[in-house]
Amino acid sequence: MKTLLLALRNLLRNRRRSIATIFAMVIGSVSILLFGGYVQNIIYGLQTGYVRGGGHLELQHRDYFLYGSGDPTAYGIMDYQRVIDLLRADPVLAPMLTVVTPTLEFGGIAGNFDAGVSRTVFASGVVVDDQNAMQRWNDYGFPDAPETLALTGTSEDSAIIGTGVARVLRLCAPLHVSDCPQPVAAPQPAGAEMPADVARLAYPDASADAPPGDTESGARPHIELLAATTGGAPNVARLQVAKAEELGVKEANDAFIGLHLGAAQRLLYGRATPEVTGIALQLHHTGQIPMARQRIEQLLRSSLKSAPLAVYDFRALNPYYGQTVGLFSAIFGFIAVLIGAIVLFTVGNTMNAAVVERTVEIGTLRAMGQRRRGIRRLFISEALLLGVFGALLGVVVALVLAWVINHSGLTWTPPGRVHPITLHVRVWGEWRMLSGTGLGLLVVALVSAWWPARRAAKLQVVEALRHV
Amino acid sequence: MDPLILENVRKTYRLDRVEVPALSDVNLRIRPHCFTVLSGASGSGKTTLLNLIGCIDQPDGGSITVAGERVGELSDDAMSDFRLRHIGFVFQNFNLLPVLTAYENIEYPLLLTRTPAAKRKQRVLELLAAVGLGNHAKHWPGQLSGGQRQRVAIARALATSPELVLADEPTANLDSQTGAAIIALMRQMQRDYQATFVFSSHDPHVLAEADDAVVLQDGRILRIEQRQRGESNA
Repeated sequence: MKTLLLALRNLLRNRRRSIATIFAMVIGSVSILLFGGYVQNIIYGLQTGYVRGGGHLELQHRDYFLYGSGDPTAYGIMDYQRVIDLLRADPVLAPMLTVVTPTLEFGGIAGNFDAGVSRTVFASGVVVDDQNAMQRWNDYGFPDAPETLALTGTSEDSAIIGTGVARVLRLCAPLHVSDCPQPVAAPQPAGAEMPADVARLAYPDASADAPPGDTESGARPHIELLAATTGGAPNVARLQVAKAEELGVKEANDAFIGLHLGAAQRLLYGRATPEVTGIALQLHHTGQIPMARQRIEQLLRSSLKSAPLAVYDFRALNPYYGQTVGLFSAIFGFIAVLIGAIVLFTVGNTMNAAVVERTVEIGTLRAMGQRRRGIRRLFISEALLLGVFGALLGVVVALVLAWVINHSGLTWTPPGRVHPITLHVRVWGEWRMLSGTGLGLLVVALVSAWWPARRAAKLQVVEALRHV
Repeated sequence: MDPLILENVRKTYRLDRVEVPALSDVNLRIRPHCFTVLSGASGSGKTTLLNLIGCIDQPDGGSITVAGERVGELSDDAMSDFRLRHIGFVFQNFNLLPVLTAYENIEYPLLLTRTPAAKRKQRVLELLAAVGLGNHAKHWPGQLSGGQRQRVAIARALATSPELVLADEPTANLDSQTGAAIIALMRQMQRDYQATFVFSSHDPHVLAEADDAVVLQDGRILRIEQRQRGESNA
């Protein structure tokens, strides 16, 4: 009892210095917690974006991840509906699943033949209702309303394109794309008309001599999407463009086309049995990934043994996520170490001053029969109390400041996003970060007191009593 | 058994490259339950001798036996434990812990000896009453006069019932009247608690009260005066 009481009274004895030390610790812990909360929010936001877009896990042909981008149809999932049904019906997986949906991704050439322009694109065929269901995933409680796919309610031959694709295909005006000046060296239509065989693929019901225009009054603009079928032959789909979307990343803006899964399958597989390149699984919680993955791998070894499939989580499929987490973790660690060093020297300085000021007292205690370890324990206890007060107060102040920030209405636009979002700092509920910061601060305080405490304990009694 | 025996004790201080002998071949026996004063001019070695007797400093040679134990062979922890149980200190500047009340200052050594709470309380209250501060238990050192602080220090020194109480110039920071009162109190306590008191002092009141007076000069014992119980053996 006495050691802690004595330590507390010694701290209260020099209130100004103790308060200054605790204040430094509070500033340190608040900085760590607010920055940590901000980083955590970014990471959760990024994760939410990926999970909403592609689920937590994806089943693919085992070679698709490495080789599929060159020839996606060669690495499709056959009989994918059976796989989906089996996953949905599995008693272990089912309680964890929110959505299981097929996707078909491939490359092609999108063209606006009337304007005589085309470009290579990256296309994604999706089941719109499933994608909208995935958009509702909000395990981290973001206040923003879930987005609805622009393909919702559109006909099967509709597509959405990136604004960059719209610019290149000269569709700015009908799709209301801003920042679309006429290029100085705009290519003129080459003069050669669409080859008749290609035109027949694109307009099977129309005369090849007169393909319809794309900007008829009131009609949606059209594009042609050329892709290679499973047999390697070219196939063309004529698609209505429902919307040009700003995707936040130039590379995606310049190459993305989204379309209904059925349309994509007709383009790639024609009358053959359609396949998909991936089956996305969205779970209730990210923490369920290991268990779900383990179960899927069991199924791949048993019920789905005949299918050459592999399962990947969203981190493996989106290396940018891991890189971002790594980057922010490194910055967070760097800042934490810097602040830890400042706290270390602040507490160390306080304890050193206390040892000097109380040298005679140390001598008195030792003369009375206090052992060296008792002196050491006394100063360590003072640092412990400083650490506890600093950590607790820091946590409380950080929580209050986080609440103020979260209710201030401040917004920002994160990288890769188009619209600004509310600035949010996640401190409450981040128990690991809170306890880690508190304990870390405590450890730093104890470490910083170690040397002064040792020095105090090593004082010669006679020398200490003579100290002026 | 004599509570304190010093045999051929030597102590030399080193100031830069100069060696200054503080004590040379000191041989001394302190009689039990006596009031012994170490006197002498400044620099005669009184404080050094007191520090060695109190086991808070080590001699360069010779041996010191306190309460039957040769203290030079003890480890630091054992020495601390030994001081706790066998030696009490009264300092010139009182050296009370400013963050503890009078009661708690007296209680502190008893906490170190892990004395049970009830016994501790009884002992502290008894000592407070004995030094005339029964109503000052909750006073902080800053709220006490110099004389009262020294009374608390005396009570603290006697808390663990040590055989030996050492006091380094206990009246030096007190006015003569208070100093005389403190000496009278110490004398009374020495009798009541059957402890052996050893002082260093210039104070004629202290010298007048002493049973034995050890006069030092240049680090050597000049003479020992046994005033009441024995004769001078210088």
